[in-house]
Formats: sequence, structure tokens, C-alpha cells
Amino acid sequence: MAKKELFALPNVQTPNRPVVFDPDYCTGCNICVEVCPIDVYIPNPEEGKPPIILHPEECWYCGTCAVDCPCPGAIKFNWPLQARGYWKNRETGKIGQI
Amino acid sequence: MTTWHDYLKEEGRPPSWPYPVRFEQEREVDTDILVIGGGIAGCWAAISAARLGMRVALVEKSDTVRSGSGGPGCDHWCNAPANPLSRVDPDGWARHMASRPYSNGIGIQIQCREDFDTLLEMEQMGGKIRDTEDEYVGVEGRDDKTKFMISPRYGTIHSYFPDPRMGEPNFNPPETRNNVVIRVWGSTFKPALKKECKRLGVQIFDRVMGTGLLTENGIQGARVIGATGFDTRTGEFLIFKSKATILSTAGAGSIWFMSMELGGYSNMHSRAISGDGTVMAFRAGAELTKMEAGGVVRIATGYKHKWYTGGGDASYENVPLVDANGKRLPYPIQGWVDAGAMVPAPGVEEKIREGILKGEYALPFYADFPSMPKVEQDATWKLMLGEEATTKVIIKTFNEAGFNTRKDMLQSYKFIEGQSLPQWREAGYGGGLLVDWNLKTSLDGLYAAGTQMFAPEDHSYAAATGRYAGRKAVAYARGIGESKLARDQIETIKNRVYAPVRRSGGIEWKELHAGIARVMQYYASEFRSESLFKMGMDALEKIETESVPMLYALDPHKLMRTLEDLSILEYAKIIIQASRARKASSLPLGFQRLDYPDVDPPEWNKFMTIKLENDKVKIGDLPPEFWGDMKQQYETHNRDYEGVYRGK
Repeated sequence: MAKKELFALPNVQTPNRPVVFDPDYCTGCNICVEVCPIDVYIPNPEEGKPPIILHPEECWYCGTCAVDCPCPGAIKFNWPLQARGYWKNRETGKIGQI
Repeated sequence: MTTWHDYLKEEGRPPSWPYPVRFEQEREVDTDILVIGGGIAGCWAAISAARLGMRVALVEKSDTVRSGSGGPGCDHWCNAPANPLSRVDPDGWARHMASRPYSNGIGIQIQCREDFDTLLEMEQMGGKIRDTEDEYVGVEGRDDKTKFMISPRYGTIHSYFPDPRMGEPNFNPPETRNNVVIRVWGSTFKPALKKECKRLGVQIFDRVMGTGLLTENGIQGARVIGATGFDTRTGEFLIFKSKATILSTAGAGSIWFMSMELGGYSNMHSRAISGDGTVMAFRAGAELTKMEAGGVVRIATGYKHKWYTGGGDASYENVPLVDANGKRLPYPIQGWVDAGAMVPAPGVEEKIREGILKGEYALPFYADFPSMPKVEQDATWKLMLGEEATTKVIIKTFNEAGFNTRKDMLQSYKFIEGQSLPQWREAGYGGGLLVDWNLKTSLDGLYAAGTQMFAPEDHSYAAATGRYAGRKAVAYARGIGESKLARDQIETIKNRVYAPVRRSGGIEWKELHAGIARVMQYYASEFRSESLFKMGMDALEKIETESVPMLYALDPHKLMRTLEDLSILEYAKIIIQASRARKASSLPLGFQRLDYPDVDPPEWNKFMTIKLENDKVKIGDLPPEFWGDMKQQYETHNRDYEGVYRGK
């Protein structure tokens, strides 16, 4: 394994990734940047690319970025581990989780 | 790449600030009506003023398209007793609503008289308020003629608690229901409101935070003639000159919460709710009331599971709650069967707890969607849950993950997620600006609407009072001439606003926030007394003199957060000072004084008021129902009211 330089970085904020962008579907239109009430995102310096998540820990999970996104499949909401709801199939008893 | 760390790894450097930086640069805006806060109340205020032909500027800290608590959506248009299906008299219903202790009879009367007209105007603008596609034919409460969907909430009386008659034979039959609450598709509302603002020529200043009110000759208590703001992306300083100003920002949502990271999971209060408007008005000399009020936050604390991924504390809205074996729990569900009750009768929760320990109820509990008729499942899942504010994305996530209301039961966390601590309190929905029958504050030229007023209510209340404040501000502004802004007042605000960006190191906003929250948890939460208040004030003043001068902010966004926490610091001080003035305990105010343990003694049944005069705190009081005869006062003040908008 090639030796990579190890940088000294601070811990990431928690949660760090309230959404996951799919660059295959995201056109970089930045509508999510505009609708987000608290500026979680900034536009990507490279035009046409998904925005950068700059203030993830300020997200209040209002979901408007995902709901108002005009490109289906571009944004997937990524609930933090402690906020992933469960359900149970009434007949089989099988447990599901988001 | 999506995260900042990914970017850093790939590019070898952090991204540059993406917006032009204009710290301290000034821009002046001259308008007739200035609205600060572009949520539901603010948008309605702007629209109603612009429809009367006035020049309107709307200032919003986020983007008007989705900002505010009602921005993502709203599933209930509450208290619309003037709707054609209602069985109650609007004035009688208003009196009923306002009979709750320390409520706002003025706002409630306006809501009950005008929020159905407001709803019809919402429809004119493109908001969806009826089942026009016949998606929910057969759902209980749907009126096939008007296609309105009446909500199960408030089946007979207004209460979140169960009706004492619950369980009696023929309880809450369809022919006696009051029909005052309408289910709506509120996620369509905010974009439609912004569109209408634009169509009417309202000048919208998105991403601008209000930072101070400007008064005649810069004097505290004088007429309000404008305001200042700053652009939260560029740092530019804006100076607004106006004939009348309407404040429609929110209360302060996170005063007692230390962690802003976990606070982010709250779906009731975003980080941005920081009392900016209340503090601006207080500094300008406006009178506030009910500032000592506050209770434990039971939902949406950020420490609990996000509401509609299953908190029984908010109920499942018409979905039966069962245990792990399918046994029905005696917990109200805000449905027809319990006439909209959301909170169990005293003792019920304890009984369920005992049942868990004895093995009578098996954990975890579930919302039994499959037991409901299909059309009711759909109306609950897609409409009531799907449209309720931040829940649309929750429904989307569950659907994508395979959850199906036909087969699956949604887990409830009510009894397994832990209880709220007495220190987790809220101040967002109690205190606020004192208003008169014109929704004018105690300052000339300054009006208030929605959550900005004391004892505010819900979405339709914000809409109706915003619409009302807009037209009252216009009536006032018509008689106002030119005014001259006081430069020294602008300079004072500017120095306060930009102080943190003139430093490059010190304390950041998050630590300031945590420090304030800690003081409030220790000295102004469950237990209150004069000696604790004194320690709390000393501690907040210590923060103010020692830590605030060390605040720094590297970019306009961080400056916004810093200024929000400075608002919260001032708000916290107001809470403590208002609390000192009430020398009695009170149940409805969530106010327990160790040194005055008498609960709600009659002589303290009054509103306490607080304001600044020559920078000194002045306490006053007002009798309960100081607003007088609600029907008569409303009619006296609204002889010219024209009903639903008929313009183009």
C-alpha cells in the first residue's frame, strides 16, 4: 500500500452529511442553496457541480432542499443514525428502518 | 464531493467565500411600508399592504420562498369558524379560545373573523385548500360539495386534552361537530406567497437580517421611522427608511438548549429563531408582555426523535396506537374518536407506564396504519403528515425506504426515548410585543404580527394577523410625511453589528450560545427565586462585559449567528427581569417561584409588561382581557373591512 501523507485535521461536525448528492442527476442549479432557510450549502466553485455542505450541523431537517429539488434523484436525505425511524410489518413482524 | 472536508481533501484548500464581501458598505432603501421577517405573517403583511397601493420592502433573514416555521408546509388551518361548514359563531368561538388564561384576545378575534377570508385569498394565489382532484373521497370530514376536508381536531370544544364526555355513547357525532379546522396542502403556500409578493412589486430583501430599529431623532420610545439590516452572505449594511414598520419575526427558540448541533434535529424551531425582532423593538422602547412565561419543551427538543418519525407525544393524528402485540393503548390520537385530543387525561400516561412494567403492554409501540380504511390511511399519511411543515421529507424518506401504510405500522418513541428535562424550556410562544386593536405596538409607526406578538397561535393566526397588520400600517402611513434618520443611531448599530468581524480571534458564537443556555438552565428554569434571578443577571452581565467583547466572526454567515446569539443574550436578560416582576407562581405561565409559592393568586391575574425608558427597565401591568369587548372592539376598528380580495 502506497504511503499517503497524513494530515492533522479537526473532528468533523456532527451530523456532517444531512443529504447525499448524486452528481449523475444533480445539475448544479443551486435551487437547494436558495431554498435552504439557513444556508447549509454554498454553491460549488465549479459550475454544474453539486453544492458544498458547509454548515451541516445547523440543518434543522426541514427538507425543503430535497422537496423542492427539480432533478429527481439528485438529493437523498441522509438522516443521522440516531434519527432513523423504524416500522414493523403488521403480518410478518419484519422490522424496517429508513 | 459534497462535504467541506471532501472538498479540502480533493482541492488541497478550502473553498473561497462564494459571495462578494461588502462588510460595512451601506445601501439605503426608501419605502412606505417596511416588513421585517418574511415568514407567514410577514408575507401576508407585505401582500396586504402592497394591494393597497403602497411601496413595500420585505426583509427576510433566509429566503422568503421557504422561510419561517410555516415555510415547509402546514396541514391545519386552525380556527376558521367563519367557513361555510362551521357550526359555531366566529365571535363566540373567539371568546371561547380567548378564555384560556393569558391568551391574546385581539389576535384571536382577528383570526376567527378573518382567517377564512385569508384562506380563500391563499387559494386565489395558487395555494391548495380543497380536495379538487377527489383524491380523498370517502374520508371522514370531507365535504363533497365544497371539497373542504374538515380536520378531526377540536371535534366539540377547543382543547388538546380529551373532552370529558369522551367514551359516552354517540360522543362527537358528525352532526354536532364544530367544523372549525380545515385540512390544507400547506406546502404549496409559501412559494405562492413569494410569487404574489413579486407580482405586486414588493421589494424582497432575502438573506438580510434586521439589526435595529431607527427612531425619530434616535430617541428611545419615539416614532419608528426605519430599520437597519445586514446581508448575511455579503455583509453589506442596509438602511431602510419607512413610514410604517411591521415586525413579524419569531420568538426565541433555543435559549435553554446548549447544543446547537442536536438542536438541528428539532422540527419546530430552526436555529434561526432567535428573537431578533423582539429585541430590536425592546431596544427601541417598545413594550413587551408575558416575557416571564415558558414551559418545558416536550416535543422537538432536538434530543428526542424527530416528531413524525414517531413521537406519541404529538399523536399520530388519527392513527390508533398499539403495543408490540397489537393491543390498543388508551392514548388519544387527535382523531374523530377522541374529538381531536392530543394529550392524555391525567393519569393515563402513568397507567401505560405501569402496564409496561407489569407486562400488560409490550414495547415498542406502533401506529397501526393497516387497521384504518385505506382512504383514511392516505389522508393521514399524505395530507395530515405529509403537509405538516417539515414532515414532507420524512414521508418521502419512508416511502423511498419501502414503508407502506397498507402493511406497516410506524414505531412510536413516546415511552422509550426519555422524558424532557425541566431545564429544557421554551420562550418562543409566550412573550412578545404588546399590541392594540390596530396591531400597533406601544411605539408609533411600529406594528406587529404573528409570533412577534405576545401569546401567539398557529399558522392561520400568523396569516390573518399579518394581513390585518398590513392594512392597518397602510392606514397609518398615509398620514405620514418625510422623516430624517439620525446618523448617530445608525453608527451605534453599525458598531455593534460589525464588532465581531473587526476581530480575528476570541470566542465564537456557539460557545456564547452554550454559555447563555447554561445560565438560563441554572437560574431561570424550573425553580425561580429572587436570589437565583440575581445570580442569573450577574452571570449574563458577566458574559456581556467579559465575553461579548471577545466575539469574533470570520464571514457574514458566522456574523449572522453571532448577532442571533447577541439577540438571545438580550432576550434572556428580558426574561429574567420580567420574571422578577411577577411575585407569584403561575400554572398557565409555567412559572414556579420558590419565594412566592402561591399559585395564581387572584391579585396576580394580570399581564406584566416590560419596556426601556432612558435605557432603564420599566415594569407595568395590564388587567386580564385588557382588550375589552372583542366583538365590539373588532367592529369599531374595522368598519371599512372589505373581505376577500377582489383586485387583479
